[in-house]
Amino acid sequence: MTRDDNPGRDAVPAALRGGGGPDGGRRRKRSGEEPMVPRAQFQDYYGKPVIKPPAWSARDIAGYFFLGGLAGAGSALAAGAHLTGRTSTATALKFSSLGGVSLATAALIHDLGRPARFTHMLRVFKPTSPMSVGSWLLALYGPTAGAAAVSAATGLMPRAGAVATAGAGLLGPAVATYTAVLAADTAVPAWHGAHRELPYLFAASATAAASGMALAAGPLRENAPARCAAALSATADFVADRAVERRLGMVAETLRTGRAGRLRRAARVLTVAGAASAALWGHRSRPAAVAGGLALLAGSACTRFAVFAAGIASATDPVYTVAPQQARLDEQARLDERAGLDERAGSGELGG
Amino acid sequence: MKGNLLSGPEPDPSTDAGHTDAPPRVGFFTDTSVCIGCKACEVACKEWNALPEDGLSFSGMSYDNTQALSASTWRHVAFIEQSAPSAVPTPEGRAELPLAGAEAPGTDGGQMRWLMSSDVCKHCTHAACLDVCPTGSLFRTEYGTVVVQEDICNGCGYCVPACPYGVIEQRPADGRAFKCTMCYDRLGAGQEPACAKACPTESIQFGPLDELRERAALRVDQLQEAGVTGARLYGHDPQDGVGGDGAFFLLLDEPAVYGLPPDPQVTTRDLPAMWRHAGAAGVALAAGTVLSFTLPSVLRAAASAAASAASAASAALRGGGAR
Ligand code: SF4
Ligand code: SF4
Ligand code: SF4
Repeated sequence: MTRDDNPGRDAVPAALRGGGGPDGGRRRKRSGEEPMVPRAQFQDYYGKPVIKPPAWSARDIAGYFFLGGLAGAGSALAAGAHLTGRTSTATALKFSSLGGVSLATAALIHDLGRPARFTHMLRVFKPTSPMSVGSWLLALYGPTAGAAAVSAATGLMPRAGAVATAGAGLLGPAVATYTAVLAADTAVPAWHGAHRELPYLFAASATAAASGMALAAGPLRENAPARCAAALSATADFVADRAVERRLGMVAETLRTGRAGRLRRAARVLTVAGAASAALWGHRSRPAAVAGGLALLAGSACTRFAVFAAGIASATDPVYTVAPQQARLDEQARLDERAGLDERAGSGELGG
Repeated sequence: MKGNLLSGPEPDPSTDAGHTDAPPRVGFFTDTSVCIGCKACEVACKEWNALPEDGLSFSGMSYDNTQALSASTWRHVAFIEQSAPSAVPTPEGRAELPLAGAEAPGTDGGQMRWLMSSDVCKHCTHAACLDVCPTGSLFRTEYGTVVVQEDICNGCGYCVPACPYGVIEQRPADGRAFKCTMCYDRLGAGQEPACAKACPTESIQFGPLDELRERAALRVDQLQEAGVTGARLYGHDPQDGVGGDGAFFLLLDEPAVYGLPPDPQVTTRDLPAMWRHAGAAGVALAAGTVLSFTLPSVLRAAASAAASAASAASAALRGGGAR
């Protein structure tokens, strides 16, 4: 037999570090920092996670969420800029979209356990698998965005370039938002719990990144739409982020604390500051436009890495898997009980 | 056949998956009330499937040094030491040996007890791992079980967080995902899976799922009558969040105590809603882009219109004043 080290198993187990122990009747309590939401107490299995967190690397997968968003929303902005004759901005965005989607694809392949088998992604088309849908989407979008960029760079085949620009502009929003479904269609509490809101957060964050790129790379005289998009997307980002937090309930702790909390706070500051700088001074000051644009890009990246980190944190602590499920069961039991009472009352069994 | 392909009761998953003339769906009924924690199942599974060793460590978790299901551990025997809520019924004539530390504080007059449970892949009726696998590596067999094809899997790792039970995992040194196959090779040869064959107490029972469900219902009633009030079935109900498990359990305490989720859901159930929201978000993104290109010029036009109106008005006023 071969040896297959599992690093997790060789670490000092929690039971030996104090905390949970083989003492029977382990009631779960949090040592150290106070939970923001009082937790329902429950017994777990030596503090072991109930679900398995993904083995994805944050750099590859959160990086992919960011780059895919930048590329997708960038293509939409590029199409607009192309159509309205803002050629320099359009060209810059076409380059950034091609670069983004290329890097994103490289990150995805790098993260595979068997990178040489990346073509297996296109073996089948499975609508039930967001990763399959996404692979096909990328296979369509990548070459389209590439054609748009190459035509813009070389000036060759302007007609075909315009068609490719429009095509990438139409596919772009799908590339930017499907990644939210990719994350949400898992048992990870912080992702699946927010499956309704996450696509809007990703759309807003992607637009913020793309407008940031347009501000940083495009000339001042062309940047009115980018400034408008920056303001709109920063507002939408704020609203969607709040909606995610509200929806997650106690699981939102994972967004507020630890690595995810730090990243999320950085994202808020960067996004607001970037949008403000762009909107207020971006039309007359080149440094303000560039700084605002870079801040928006960094803010968008922080948002994706924060969501990623919150997901890992929520998968690693069993409380985030068990407590919401238990609450759902308790609520169902309460409803059933009330329905039972109503029924009996209705049929006169309970009498006067 | 229609309507329940993503969630809800589905009587015949293998036919729905396209198999014709499928044999009856088989499964495991793991009756933890008779498990003695011998781990013969773990060993038999490792042996038969030639699974690599994956960590020899002392966990401090009772007699459980295996710790969890993983890519190279397809049966995992959980050990829980706890003070029983009330006296545990002892069968007539069984010698009772005192447990070390039985008088530990907090036992409230109850006795110490061990709960042991041999965990395994649930071979869900609606398997999230299978739904999300982009390569088609995970598939539904003619027996209604869920199996990974090692020559197809590219180690994307999507199945890992999708499983609501934390079963399937990537093998670190290999990259691909692995899990229990319910001994697909043995089933094909008319044999029962290795773990069920090795289990000395029939804690692991293998057979057609319908039969197992009937047997389990009888057994839980029997235990309840004998005063084991904590006895309950887990994963037996086709109405539950995954459409019922192909491998289900009789437990003596809350599922979370064994490291099992209390109300697992196949996330694909919400996939249509997720695609709708993603579509709406994409449209919103496109609309926001269009707005960004129209709004500034509209505002500018409005501003200049206002400015010219204002200057016209002031000119008119000035003219009026001069008169
Ligand atoms: S328990 Fe997990 S790995 Fe097993 S079939 Fe269900 S979803 Fe797949
Ligand atoms: S890791 Fe393998 S089995 Fe799992 S989803 Fe990816 S391709 Fe399918
Ligand atoms: S399930 Fe059977 S083989 Fe496995 S530990 Fe229990 S008694 Fe032993």
